[in-house]
This record gives sequence, structure tokens and C-alpha cells, in this order.
Amino acid sequence: MPMNTLSTLPTAPSGADQALRRRHIRQTWGHPWLYIPLAGALLLMIAPFLWMLSGSFKPEADIRAVPPVLIPTAPTTANFHELFSRLDFTSMFANSVTVALAVTAGNLIFCSMLGYALAKLEFRGQRAVFTLVIGTLMIPGLVTFVPLYVLVANMNLTGSLLGLILPFLATPFGVFLMRQFISSLPDELIDAARVDGCSELAIFWKIILPLTKPALATLGIITFLGSWNNFLWPLVVAQNESQYTLPVGLALASSGQDFTRYGILLAGSVVVLLPVTIVFLLFQRQFVAGIATTGLK
Amino acid sequence: MTSMSTKTLPGQGDAHESSTAGPQQSAGRRPFALRSTARGRQTRAAWTLAAPFLALFLAFMLLPVVWSLLMSLTDTQSADLRTPLNVSFTGFDNYVRLFQDEQFVHALRNTAVFVVVGLPLTLAAGLAAAVALDRGIRRFRAVFRVGFYLPVITSIVAIAVVWKTLLEPRTGLVNTVLGWFGIDGPAWLADTRFALPVMILMAVWRNLGTVMIIMLAGLQSVPQSLMEAAELDGAGAWQRFWQVTFPLLRPALLLTAVTTGIGYLQFFDEPFVMTQGGPLDSTLSATMYAYQQFGNGNYDVASAAGYVIFVLIVALTVLQFRILRDKD
Repeated sequence: MPMNTLSTLPTAPSGADQALRRRHIRQTWGHPWLYIPLAGALLLMIAPFLWMLSGSFKPEADIRAVPPVLIPTAPTTANFHELFSRLDFTSMFANSVTVALAVTAGNLIFCSMLGYALAKLEFRGQRAVFTLVIGTLMIPGLVTFVPLYVLVANMNLTGSLLGLILPFLATPFGVFLMRQFISSLPDELIDAARVDGCSELAIFWKIILPLTKPALATLGIITFLGSWNNFLWPLVVAQNESQYTLPVGLALASSGQDFTRYGILLAGSVVVLLPVTIVFLLFQRQFVAGIATTGLK
Repeated sequence: MTSMSTKTLPGQGDAHESSTAGPQQSAGRRPFALRSTARGRQTRAAWTLAAPFLALFLAFMLLPVVWSLLMSLTDTQSADLRTPLNVSFTGFDNYVRLFQDEQFVHALRNTAVFVVVGLPLTLAAGLAAAVALDRGIRRFRAVFRVGFYLPVITSIVAIAVVWKTLLEPRTGLVNTVLGWFGIDGPAWLADTRFALPVMILMAVWRNLGTVMIIMLAGLQSVPQSLMEAAELDGAGAWQRFWQVTFPLLRPALLLTAVTTGIGYLQFFDEPFVMTQGGPLDSTLSATMYAYQQFGNGNYDVASAAGYVIFVLIVALTVLQFRILRDKD
């Protein structure tokens, strides 16, 4: 940004002036021609979302129109009204929030605890625990899917939200992320606290945890998004409508004979997407920074 | 937990600290109770911190993994799952049966196409986006970054709904746009020739943002002084990228290649919500196959298929580490 001062320089002779101008453009904009392909790519990336948004406000007539109408002729919120009156979207929304918050809280607590132990404490079995936890990162979800279902069914949890929460409360990925981050914190902090007579658990709680906020934010966002969008597990485990999460409700609605009424489905998609988009927009800077400091070491 | 720790606590450690703290004795060899207080305290704290995670991990990860392996080696067809011990071991029969099943072999081939075509495309697109945003332009970076990342945070179900309507042969936007150019678009998801390529493109669309974000972080770690030195030495933009930037991006590339590869080998969501593996199994993936077997109550076959995918994931990951790891 200090380069902006270039424009206030006294005017130089015309040849040099042009070179200076080109340099100025280069420094404030980069390569101007690159904006064209990038804008094209951006349009391709967000076109489905614009289509979704436009479709959710389309009246019946526009939905059936051939060729399709891009901008609703008479925008209406009827799709949203029908969505909330037909499907129990309010309770699904509450379920999604409950499950996502519980899963996120669990991961933040349990993963940072083990992450700290693995990064900074010395104990027998450390290497074995680390290998075991990280080794399971490569195991596909489907391998555990069948027994997990049987397990949860045997625990009689298929009738409650607990069945959607418990299996995801502690994930190896979270441990990996937290360990990586905590490893980069200086040992001297911990040693100094020990000399001062701070107990081991207090060191974790009072000194380490406040310093891991960036990593916790990253893990929190990733976990929240993952849980919010999780589809297969709630689809299989949720036994009745009172446990449906948003994606499940939307999928069941879209597999019905209602598919031609896609205005409702697009409205549902908007409702599913809106909260996570807001969360991401609010925290995106921190999120990217978190990945930069944790993911690449 | 607390009862366990109090047993070894009272006084013992303190008593021994003064007498056995000599440097010639290696701490690891001494029995637990004889260790210095500091080590003992650390060990207890570590296990206290690890315990909640490990309890959940054992119950919901390790137990199912082992259980699944056992299932893949048994005949669960006749057994009641609520009494898991009441089964007969059949060795590798399920695996043999898998590879004799043409449908599974076909599903594996689809998965291979998905990985071999989709993975390089995703990595290249994500890298190109990251380089363009980091080095190419200086304005509106946040707008582009958010736009490119938006599909990543979107629910697969919402994606399925939108893309289904976009790809609708008659009323969909895609064929309308093609129509402007005089092209008569196909039925996309209902056409055996186009269904899998469409899924691959959708996956690239959905995942390139992840690669982009991680690559952006990697690019920011390339020291500016190195670039300037290369520029002074007369290296062109292309040369600078391949000689300076690219080698430094290796760790980021490895990370994204491994995680995206693992995701693509488990390719499931798109066919599940959009085509159910059809038309004529043209989008059936190995994971989709396993899920269908689970749905049919063939838990043993489903578990075996899961383990085949696991072996493929390990093989792909090892291969990627061989190719992309720093050579020094």
C-alpha cells in the first residue's frame, strides 16, 4: 500500500511517465488481464449458488418455464413458507444446531487435551498412542460404519440425538491439528510455570489453552461445518422425524415425488447453506491463518 | 482414574527423589513408583488428559475397526448381529467373492477413473487459483477467495439439488446455455457416457477451494527475498515458479494430494444423492457398492469392500509420499 505514494510524485517526462504509470498499475492491481479469466472462473464457481438463490424466490410459473427464467419475474417467498409448513424445518434446524455445537465442543475439549499431552508431556506409551490415533486417519469411514451402526443400535441410541453426537465427539484429525499447533509453542513457558509450582493440569488449562485460540478456531470451524453437512450417518441412524437434521430432511424431501416442485427444494438448500456461509464469512481470515500455521508443518 | 493415581501418590515419589535422581540411572528403566516426582506427575497428567479422548476413541473407532475386520472374515449372512460372537469364520471367502463380482470390479474401475482424472484436475485447478490470487492480482482477493471456497462449505444435499436442476435436460440452465451456442445438450445424469464425467467435474468444482486455501498458505511461506534474487538473476516468471516456488510448495502439495486422494477413493456422496450409482452402474463407486451391500444386510461383504478401499488408500498414500516427498 505505501506504493500509492507513487501517484503523488511530480510528473516526469512523458516516456518515463508511461513506464511509471505501468509500474503503478502493476503495483496496485497486479496483472490486469488476469482479472478476466479469474472473473469467468468465479462466475462458474458461484453460478449454482445464484441459480439456487434465484430459484428459491421463483413463482410456480417461472419454475416450469422453458427456457428457464434467470431472474424471477415476480419474486415470492411462497417457497419458504411452504417449506416450513410442510416439513418440520424448525425442529430440523434445531437438531442440526444441537448436534453441530455438541460435536464441536467435544472435539475442542478432548482433542486439545490429548494434543497437549502428545506435544509437550513425556509419558510412557506416548509414541504408541500417537501412532494409533494418527494411523486411523487413513481408515475410510465406511470401514467403521457397519459396526458403529450395530454398536449404536445395541446401546439403544438410535432413537435419540445422542446417537448422532457420540461417535463424532473425538476425532483423530483434531488431535493431529492441535498437536501440531501446540508443538510450536515454546517449552520455556511450561518450564517456567512448573518452577512457579503450577500443577500440570493448571498449566494446560491456564497457560496453553488460551494460546491455542487460533488452532481452536480452525478446528471449531472445520468440525462445525463437517457436522452441519454430515449426511449419511444421520440418514441411517435417525429413526424418526424428531431426529432429522436439515440435510436428511432435505434429501428425503427431494427424493419424494415433489421433485418437480424444485422451488421448495432450492429454498431448503438456501436454508441449509445460509448459517455455514455466515460462519465462514465471519471467521474466514482466522480460518485461513489457522490452516497456514497448523496444516503445513 | 483418580483412585489409580492416588495409589501411587502418597510420599513415594518425594522419598525417592533425593536418593535416585542421579544422572547415571536412566529414567525410563525404573519401575513406575520409583520415578522422580516430576516425571510421575507428568505421566499422570498426560494420561488424565488423554483418558476422555481414548475412551471415546476405543469405543467408536478402534472397536468398530477391529470388529469390521472380523466381520469381513466371517459369514454374517445367517448370524444375528446382536450376538456378534455367534458367527463362523470363513477366511478370505468374502474377498474372493468380491473380486469375482463383476459389479464390484466395475465399481473399482469407476473409482480408479475418478481418482486418476479427478485428483490431478483438482490439484491443478486449486494450484492455478492460488497462484493467480497470490501473485497475479492485488485487488478483490477476498472476493475471489470466498467465491472459490464457497462450494467447499456447502452441504452435499444442497449441491445435489442445485446441480440436478441445473442439469435437467429440458428446463436446466446448462443445456439452455449450450443452446445459445447451437449445441443440443445431452441428458447428462441419465446418460451412461456423461454421468461419471459430470460427477468428476462436480467434485473438482467442490474441492478445488480446499486445495487453493492450503496452497495460498504455502505460497505465503515462500520468502520474498528468494523471488527477488531469482528475478535479479534474470529468471522469467515461468522459471521462477518452477525453480523457486514449486519446490517450496511440495509439503502443501503432498498434504492436499493425500487428503483429496483419500476423499476421492471414498467417492460416495455425489452418486448417492444424485444417481444412486446409475444409470447402469456408470457412477457406481466402490464405497457406493459397499453401502448397497450394507443395505442388503450383507455386512460381511460390505466390511470386506471397506477393507479393500482401505488397502487402496494406503497404497495411494505411500505412492504419493514416494513421488512428492522432499528429495533431500
